[in-house]
Formats: sequence, C-alpha cells, structure tokens
Amino acid sequence: MSNKINIFSVKNFCFSLFVAVLTLLPAKTFAYEPIEEENNHDEVIDTVSAAKHAEGNSTAFNAGEMIIEHIGDSHQWHLWGDHGHAVHIPLPVILWTDKGLEIFSSSKVEHHEDIYEGTHYKYMLHNEHIEVVDNFGNVDEEATAKIKDFSITKNALTIIVSALIMLLIFIKVAKSYKRREGMAPKGLQSFMEPLILFIRDDVAKTSIGEKKYERYMPYLLTAFFFIFFNNLMGLIPIFPFGANLTGNISVCLVLAGITLVVTLISGNGHYWRHIFAMPGVPIPVLIILTPIELIGVVLRPFVLMIRLFANITAGHIIALAFFSLIFIFGEKSTGAGYGVSVVSIAFTVFMGFLELLVAFLQAYVFTLLSAIYIGAAVEEGHHEHEHHVEKGHEATHVIA
Amino acid sequence: MELVTPALGLMFWMFVTFAIIFLLLKKFAWKPILKMIKEREDSIDSAIQSAEKARQEMKELQAGNERILAEARAASDTLLKDARDAKDAIIAEAKTKAKSEADRLVAQARETINNEKLAAITELKNQVATLSIDIAEKILREQFSSDEKQKAHINNLMKEVTLN
Repeated sequence: MSNKINIFSVKNFCFSLFVAVLTLLPAKTFAYEPIEEENNHDEVIDTVSAAKHAEGNSTAFNAGEMIIEHIGDSHQWHLWGDHGHAVHIPLPVILWTDKGLEIFSSSKVEHHEDIYEGTHYKYMLHNEHIEVVDNFGNVDEEATAKIKDFSITKNALTIIVSALIMLLIFIKVAKSYKRREGMAPKGLQSFMEPLILFIRDDVAKTSIGEKKYERYMPYLLTAFFFIFFNNLMGLIPIFPFGANLTGNISVCLVLAGITLVVTLISGNGHYWRHIFAMPGVPIPVLIILTPIELIGVVLRPFVLMIRLFANITAGHIIALAFFSLIFIFGEKSTGAGYGVSVVSIAFTVFMGFLELLVAFLQAYVFTLLSAIYIGAAVEEGHHEHEHHVEKGHEATHVIA
Repeated sequence: MELVTPALGLMFWMFVTFAIIFLLLKKFAWKPILKMIKEREDSIDSAIQSAEKARQEMKELQAGNERILAEARAASDTLLKDARDAKDAIIAEAKTKAKSEADRLVAQARETINNEKLAAITELKNQVATLSIDIAEKILREQFSSDEKQKAHINNLMKEVTLN
C-alpha cells in the first residue's frame, strides 16, 4: 500500500516537473513539446497501472511485459486506472467464425475470467486474443484456429480516426486552394503546401522522373501523410491518439504491400527484362542472378516494412523503458525512484524531440523508397541511370 | 513473436481504410491541390516572363525615346542655327540698307545745301550788286550833284591823264 502512495507521488512530482518545464519553454517554438510531455505523463499513468497490476499479482514490476502491452494492439482502449478499476473504452469485437459472423462489445470479455456466450461459441479474451472456450474456460484450440478476428481494435480505430483527420485536413486545404485561386497559401494550406511540394519535387520528380511522376503522386502523398500523421499521433498519448500504429507490423505490411503491388503493376518491359534476363549477362550467370533479382523484388518492400515498424516501435520502447527505470528503482528505494525520474524525464524529453524527427524522417524514407522502386519500374532509360538510382537507394538505406 | 505477427483483421481494416482515403483524397484533395499549385506556378512563371518582356519593351521604348529626343534636339539646334543665321543676315542687310539710305540722304542733303548755298550766294551777289549799284548811284549822284563838282572831277581826271 505504501508503495502505491509512493508511486502516486512520483506521478505528481513528474507532473509538476512537466508544468515547470512547460512554463520555462517558449510555447510556440516547441509546439509539439506539450504533446511530448503529456505523452510521458500518460505513460507514467500507464506505468503506474502496470506496476499496480504487478503488485496486485504480488510480483515485481515487469517492464518488458508493460512495454509489450503498450506497443501492442488491444481490444479495448485503456484510458486510465489499474486493472481492478481501469477506465476503458470498449471496442467492438467482430469475429468471422466457420458458423457465421459474431459481433459483441469487448466489455463482455473485459475481465480476466469473463466468458461471453455468443451465438455460435463461447469466447474469452486471453492476452488480447479472442479464444473459443467451453463453459469452464478451457480453450478449444481447433475452433479458435478457425475464427478470424476482424475486430475494430485500438489500432483499427486509430486507422479510421487518422483517415478522418486526413480527410478533414486535406479537403479543407483543397477548398482553400479553390477559394484562394492563384493567391499565396494561407493558414493550414501554407503548412501543408511545403510538404506537398517536397513530396512532388524532391521525392516524386527526382525518383520517378518529370514525365511519369504525376500518376503516382496521389499514392505517394497519401502514404506520406498517413505515415507522418500516424507517427505524430503515436506521440500524443491522449485518446483518440497514442496507438503505436505505424509501429504495427500489419499496418507496415499493408503499406509496403501496396508499394509492391504498385511497383509490379507499373513495371514495364525494361523492368521485367532486367529482372528475368539482365541484358549483357551470360546465361549461366542468369541462372544465379534471376532468382536474386526476384528475391530483390519482394525483399525491397519487406525491408521497407521492417524499417518503418522497427523505427517507430523502437521509439515507443525507449520512451517506455526510461519510465520503467523510475519504477524499477522506485521498488528498491523511494529516493532512488525520485532521483532516477529526473534523469528519465530528461532523456524522454530528448527522445521525444528525436521521435519528432523520426516521425518525419520515416514517413519521408518510406515515401522516397517507394518512389525509387516505382521509378525503377517505370524507367525507360539505359543502364547508367539505373545504377544511379540504385546508388541513391543505397544512400537512403544509410540514412534509415 | 506477438509483435511481429501480422494480424489479419487489422490488415483488412488497414487496407480498406487506406483504399478509401486514397480514393477520396485523390479525388477531393490531391488532384485539385496539385492542379491549383501547378496553375499557380504557371501563372507566376508567365507573370515573371511578361514582366521581363515588359521590362525589355520599356528598355527599347526608352532607347527609342532617347533617340527621338536626340533627333528633336538636333532638329531644334539646326532650326536655332538657321534662325540665328537668318537674323544675322537680316540685320546685316538692314544695316547695309540703312547705311546706303543714310548715305543717300546725306548726299542729297549735301547737294541741297550746296544748291541752297549757291542760290544764297547768287542772291547775295545780286543783292550786293544791286546794293553796290545803288550805293554807286548815290555816291555818283552826290559827287555829281553840282557842276563845280563835275568840273573838279573832270579836272582831276584830266590831270591824271597826261598827254605823253
């Protein structure tokens, strides 16, 4: 119990420290700063709950478990509080079973022992997985394997929220372009225009070429802003933000998959000839080269997926790890917890700034590499240019 | 492993949502935005070009103006010179004319004076002659008023005359 109180005072201490830092910082220059601060703050709360959870189970604070729980997906949106009386937003569970569709609220299986009796089966939530169980909570592995989980999870909801935000912002921007035709950009429009021009001039035009870039602009812009917005939203801890969406393998897989499909569809004769029969290469060498080229086609988007996933997840893990330190030390001695919190916060603020950079950089790198792959697929030119593209590609790998 | 295992449901929602926003943004945002940006860039380009053209034209116009100005100045210079020459000529001519007229007048005056003088002299001569005759007449009349006087005079004269 005393531990609980200590933890709460650590939280209060952190909060007052944030307020102090906030008042010291010029508000405008660090427009994202409060977000970052609150992110940390929220993570403190979450850590508190995780710590309490650990305490409830009469085990030590488990940083790894807490971190994985935070960067993973969830069937409910945890707002605050510990596991006993946590405040959640229940999200719909949508299951496609072999017997038909099943829709119910995740609040039905919210607690550890909850068994929900659906139309077709009985369900239980175990480690964020919906499992088919019998009356006594024994998992039916065979039936579980058959159900497909199409639930609107925390991440799925975040996708929808970010989609709505993007629609709102860019349709508004498009309207201001129509309203202020031929005039200088203003407001939100002037914030977005440099980014749009950046994607057009420095990504699409240079990688795909002046002649063909226009066709791919909508995809590149959508991908860039989707990743960029979600990276930033991942740094904002308050509902409906804060999900580790771009650090989710499924999301990265879909994005990289779309790039792959776009590349394959756009691929012209020149591109395929270079994959299956590299001109000027003897046939025996082709036997080795062609499979390598074919692997390369898939490997590139695969690396694209891994890069985005790893960078964003790593950022979230680091921020959470710094805060875990407070509680790890706090368990040993209250003073050490206070002491470490100062260092942790300083590091997390620093990481927050770094993450802002990463948020932009990863969106840029993803878009740039997608553009380079598409550029290579639609390229008509001769060999030399391709080498040049490859070089640029290598250079961006180094950046990433 | 949980972290790197793709979830089918999430992939489904991701794909569906992404496809929807892609299509909506493409139609309602990217196309109009890119079109407007391009149009604006084109209009700025053409504005800069026309400004450059206008500047060029201005330059040409200025050069033309200067040329015209120089021509006008030259023309006015010639005109002024002509006028000055004409003035000088007129003055010179007038001077000559005036001089000759004056000369003529002076000559005429001199002639008139001469004539007048001659007339006056003649008149004077005549008058002097008349006066002399009158005087001589009076003197003679006086001298020869009596016979003695006439005789005396003749005696004088006779004395002078010596019959040599």
